Parts: sequence; C-alpha cells; structure tokens
Amino acid sequence: MSESGARAARSASSAGPAAELSNAVESVFRRESGRCTATLIRVLGDVDLAEDAVAEAFEVALTRWPRDGVPDNPGAWITTTARRRALDRLRRESTRHDRHVAAHRTFGTDGSTGADPSTVGRLVEELGGEQVEVVADDQLRLMFLCCHPVLAPDSQVALTLRLLGGLQTPEIARAFLVPEATMAQRIVRAKRKLRDNHARYRIPVEAELPDRLPPVLAAISLIFTEGHRATDGSGLVRVELSNEAIRLGRVLADLMPDEPEAAGLLALMLLTDARRSARLDATGALVPLAGQDRDRWDQDRIAEGLDRLAPWSRRADPGRFRIQAELAAVHARAATFADTDWARIVDLYDVLLARRSDPVVVVNRAVALGELDGPAPALLALDDISDDERQQLDSYQPWHAARADLLARAGRPSEAVEAYDRAIALTASDAERRFLTARRQACRTGQTPP
Amino acid sequence: MAQYLLSVWHDEDYIDAFETTPPEVIERLHAQVGALNADMEKKGVWVFGGGLVPASSATVVRPGTDGDVSITDGPYAEAKEMMGGFWVIEAPDLDSALEWTRRAALACEGAVELRPFQDE
Repeated sequence: MSESGARAARSASSAGPAAELSNAVESVFRRESGRCTATLIRVLGDVDLAEDAVAEAFEVALTRWPRDGVPDNPGAWITTTARRRALDRLRRESTRHDRHVAAHRTFGTDGSTGADPSTVGRLVEELGGEQVEVVADDQLRLMFLCCHPVLAPDSQVALTLRLLGGLQTPEIARAFLVPEATMAQRIVRAKRKLRDNHARYRIPVEAELPDRLPPVLAAISLIFTEGHRATDGSGLVRVELSNEAIRLGRVLADLMPDEPEAAGLLALMLLTDARRSARLDATGALVPLAGQDRDRWDQDRIAEGLDRLAPWSRRADPGRFRIQAELAAVHARAATFADTDWARIVDLYDVLLARRSDPVVVVNRAVALGELDGPAPALLALDDISDDERQQLDSYQPWHAARADLLARAGRPSEAVEAYDRAIALTASDAERRFLTARRQACRTGQTPP
Repeated sequence: MAQYLLSVWHDEDYIDAFETTPPEVIERLHAQVGALNADMEKKGVWVFGGGLVPASSATVVRPGTDGDVSITDGPYAEAKEMMGGFWVIEAPDLDSALEWTRRAALACEGAVELRPFQDE
C-alpha cells in the first residue's frame, strides 16, 4: 500500500495534460519524501504508518493540485496532509482494534518507545494539533535508524534508499541487481527487526558516535559507489543513486558540522561525481583519468567539494573518507594529467595503507608510483606482496589491469597481453571490458596505449 | 520498558572447555560476570540470569500421540554451537540493551546474542 502513492506519481508521467503536473508531483516526491517520512515517523511514532500516510498524501496531491495549483510549500502541504490522513485512519481503526493500534506504535512523540500502553484516544489527541513542526534533525534521526548497527549493511542501504530516498522497492532491487522479492523481504525484515527490538528514534549522543556514525557513512558511500559504477544498461537509476547519495551526504554534513568524516565523504562524492560526464566516451567505454577531457569536469561540483574539504585539511588524524577526498582533490586541482602532484598522491596512499592494509590501495598506489617514477618501480610495488596477498589479488581485476598497463608501458607486450586477458576475464562491466579489449589490441599491434 | 534475552554462546567443544579451562581463567570470568550482574541489579536492569552446565546433560521431552510424552537423552539441537548461559534484562530500548550486550560479551569473553521478547 505504501508504494501506491509513489507509483501513482510516476505512472501518470506519460504525455497528456496531466503529465506536467504529475512531473511536478514526482519532483516534489523526489525532493521531499524522505524529509516528510522522517518527520511523520517522529509525529506518528511508527515507520509503516508514516510511509503509508506520506504515500496517501502524494495520491491526494495528484487529484488536488490540478484543481488548486501546486501549493507554495509543497513539502509542508504533504506533511500536513499525511498527518491528517494517518489521524483519520487511527480514528477509523481505533473503533475496532484499539489495543492493536496502540501496540503498533513504536516510538512515543517524546522519542521514547511506545511500549507503554497509550490508548488510541490519547494518541489521536496528541496528534490533533494542526501544526506539524518539520525538524531538520528528523532526517538525521532516520539515517541513524536506517543504519543501526544491528542491521546488515545490505539492509541499511536498502532501508536508507527506501525511507530517506523515497525510492521504491523495485527500483532498489534493480539498482542492486537482486530479485524484487528478495529486496522486499530484506526491507520488511529490517523494519520488523527495528520494531521488535524497540529501536528508538533518536540521534546518538557524542559517546555513541564512534559506533554509530561509520555505518551511516558506509551506507551513503555504498549508494554512491553503486550509482557511480558504470556497470550495465540500467544507467538512469544509477545516476539517481549518485545524486541521492550526495543529497544524503549534504544533509549529514550540514546536520553534523563537527564531523570531519561527514565532510570528507561529501567532498569525496562531489569531487568524484564532478568527473562523471568525462568518464565514459560516446560508445560507453571507460575513459581513464589520463585521457579524460577535463573541460567536461563539473566545476560547480569541484568547487563545492574543495569548499567542504578546506576547513578540515590541516586537522590531524584524517579518516579514510577525508584522505580519499584529499586524493580526489589533488586530481581536481591538476589542470592536466601531467600536472598531477603524484608525490602527494603516493603520500596520501601511504597514509591510507598505514591505517589498514587494503589491496585496492596497494594497486592504486602502484599506479601513482608509475606516474611518479615510471613503470619499473611501480611493477616492483605491485609484485612485492606476500603469498596470501597474491592469492587474494589474483581474483582482483584492477590488479591485473594495472599490471597489464604498466607492463605495456615497460615495453613487455607479451606479458601485458597475458595480464589483459586475465583482467578481461574478471570484468563484469561492458564498458570496462571494451576499454581493456582495446588496450590489449593496441599491445598486440605494437601501438603505444593511449 | 522491554525485556531482552542475552544468551552466551560457545563454538568449540564446550564440554572440554568446561573441564579444561584453567582455574585462573574461570576465576577471572566469574569476577567479570559477577561485577556485571551487580551493576545490572543496581541499575534495575537484571531480571534473571545464570550459567548452564554443558548440553550433554540436557534431556528432551516431546509430546507423544497417546497423550503421553517421550523422553530422549541429549540436547534438542544437534548444533556445534551451544548456549552456555543467559540473562533476561529489562531495558528502555535497543540502544540500551545493545550496550548491556556489549558489556556482557566483554565480561564473559565470548559471543552474546541479543534477542527481544515478544510484547506482553
């Protein structure tokens, strides 16, 4: 039932007189649904009740707005309408299942759990006032709820997209390439687990943040990475995922201005996303950093990213998102590939590796070393690994791709072709496969790789 | 207030561990768990709790067809994992229960499962 409002908002977006309006509803839905849901969960004290109410309010919008025009503050209109709808339903249901409705309620309006027996009558009275105060913090509360550490990362991401991003279950399933039924079950289970466990709708206190903030950052980062990865034909949903991750990143960074990692993650996403339109060529093949047309980089994104990072750049003890953002910032500041401050890049990778050994970083550092000191030392760095690491990296596509590239540049084409073969075999993305195949071909015919 | 079960789990052969754990380790665990119990009581969290002897001493009773029951030797689950003890606690919400679970895992130096009771 909670899907119906959004579905209505989307399905009507075909041509016709209603098209323009339903586009307006959809655009409000995209922008406001997370905020409205977050507020309604606080006001109503229950996730499902809030979702249903927001969806119903958008359905009402589809019939009212053509007649009355789009209201000045559509978000507030949706929130108020949703609250009223939920109230009507509670009144209706209270005549029959008073106890059930009261028990259904998870959170009290003061943020406590609703486990203590509050009657529907009192609940309706509580909710009876006309004003619904929209509190910016509500979205933060909802982020911490969706990314509660008792939920698996997959569930955290799904719930975040569903409740804060306003994405529908089929869209989330498509984006993460899992069957719709699997995704639906994942979301239902996560919501039930939070309810059964009496999870509270609150922002963690300072002392809890070391445990509670990382999963929130990780979920947003995962949403972004999924959206940014050029995998297959479902491009549209993926771009939406990136944009949604950036939107969530802004909410988090603005509401937690003292958290350097929140700023770092947002900066990283902005600086990475700035390169989006330069990453793929006309045929959809991946363009490496060296070959990207830097005029196509989004300067607004870059400016915002650097701006978010600046206040923190001299603070000690950077977290992983801040270090990665600094890396992206080095690239963003370089006018050409040749101008890149590779020494700084290698230093930053060393900082990352000092925190935690990570094959991805080992490979990236070697590539940067290749730019700084040439292919020979870079190949040494790639191959200077333990047997355990080698076993792990043998199935890691970027390791083979980086080796192939360095071998080609070192004038060892037959070994390079072999490494390209291995990399191609491990590639899931069409765009990447085309890119690697072209490189291998260049190696075979003795051309210098681009 | 909600009630939660905190159960302590053992992976390896619990029976061997039960008999071969050095006395100083047992003493340390007792002291840690005792301190936690005391704090749970002080904060009004403790409802019930205790350690269990190995599951090889368990008996299963099943309802039969003739209105009587059948009795079998040994634990119900043939799992390698065994519950070695548990607490029932009363806490205002998940975050509070999770914090007690964290302390329980550190006190008994083993995995502790947090699971809410049904309401009412």
